[in-house]
Amino acid sequence: MSGARLEIIERNCKGCSICVEFCPKNVLEMDVFLVTAPRPEDCIKCMQCELLCPDFAIKVHDE
Amino acid sequence: MAYDYEKSIRPGKLPHIWCPGCGHGIVMKGLIRAMDTCGLDRKNTAIVSGIGCASRLPGYLDACTLHTAHGRAAAFATGVKMAKPEMTVICCGGDGDGTAIGGNHFIHACRRNIDMTYVLMNNFIYGMTGGQFSPCTPTGAKASTTPYGNPDPIFDISKLAIGAGATFVARTTAAHPREIDKLIVQGIQHKGMSIIEVLDDCPTTYGRRNKFRSVVDMMKHLKANAVPIKAAAKMTAEQLQGKFLTGVLFHDTEKPEYCAQYAEVIKKAQGA
Ligand SMILES: Cc1ncc(C[n+]2csc(CCOP(=O)(O)OP(=O)(O)O)c2C)c(N)n1
Ligand code: SF4
Ligand code: SF4
Ligand code: SF4
Ligand SMILES: [Mg+2]
Repeated sequence: MSGARLEIIERNCKGCSICVEFCPKNVLEMDVFLVTAPRPEDCIKCMQCELLCPDFAIKVHDE
Repeated sequence: MAYDYEKSIRPGKLPHIWCPGCGHGIVMKGLIRAMDTCGLDRKNTAIVSGIGCASRLPGYLDACTLHTAHGRAAAFATGVKMAKPEMTVICCGGDGDGTAIGGNHFIHACRRNIDMTYVLMNNFIYGMTGGQFSPCTPTGAKASTTPYGNPDPIFDISKLAIGAGATFVARTTAAHPREIDKLIVQGIQHKGMSIIEVLDDCPTTYGRRNKFRSVVDMMKHLKANAVPIKAAAKMTAEQLQGKFLTGVLFHDTEKPEYCAQYAEVIKKAQGA
């Protein structure tokens, strides 16, 4: 079991970077005002990003 | 894995109006999870708010929602609960709405111990109107109306609720998302007035004036200074300086609930 599919709902993301800062595995990165997930294979599915995103803009799917 | 929030949100309502990083969105997610955990029937659930950024919350949710006058959430909610005691009633609102203009309604709803759950988002400021100080703005903090620092002492909302007579009082922060729904669930299950105070962030009108360079700084501050009530018992007053207690702060199952008391009045008046 490794990695996850990180769904980013670009329409909702406001670029606050909370998810990037609170991800314990450095999976996420800001591309100026939009979050990206360049390292999904490192994701441990702790759900912090999804729980803390105020904008319903990131979802962690089993893959 | 991924949580289905969308089924609880009115179609076409996202993105919401809150600023980037505003904690109200985190609280809304917690409330949705709590309502799901309690298995609430949306046709039998009233979510009531006053005015403010926090008070915009019910408008997003697929339930029976009421967006009322500033500070009057508890009053309207009391009316709903009295007319339809079988409904689950939830209030949502901010520190300004609930403790400044609505302070009177807030304390009297607590005093009556009417069966409802009040989720109070305390972001220490009047966010919506441009950052005027509220009764919860920390002493010394800057607001648009306290450019030299706030001289006022604060209301501790949870202590106020306990003192006024609420029977379930709990506190957490926007940086503790799992505790938000856990406490709201307990509040909904409790029969009586439940206050869930969520310490929240307003990066736009509070954070930027008060040396939080970003919303992440504010979230880290909330995370770092929250002390669970059990841990606090082992700490000295000095160690607790500047910290806030979290978890269930008060729970009383003895005090009679208001609708039940009122049902007795109705019986008597009808000569039963
Ligand atoms: C009777 C009345 N007085 C004043 C206002 C202006 N007003 C709108 S929202 C608000 C403060 C809201 O602060 P809070 O409840 O803390 O919510 P936040 O925006 O911080 O989430 C005020 C003073 C109003 N709408 N109605
Ligand atoms: S689930 Fe956890 S590890 Fe995975 S991206 Fe989100 S915060 Fe990072
Ligand atoms: S927390 Fe949400 S809104 Fe903020 S950057 Fe991440 S995905 Fe975007
Ligand atoms: S002004 Fe403050 S409380 Fe209002 S939406 Fe913006 S960040 Fe949130
Ligand atoms: Mg406020």
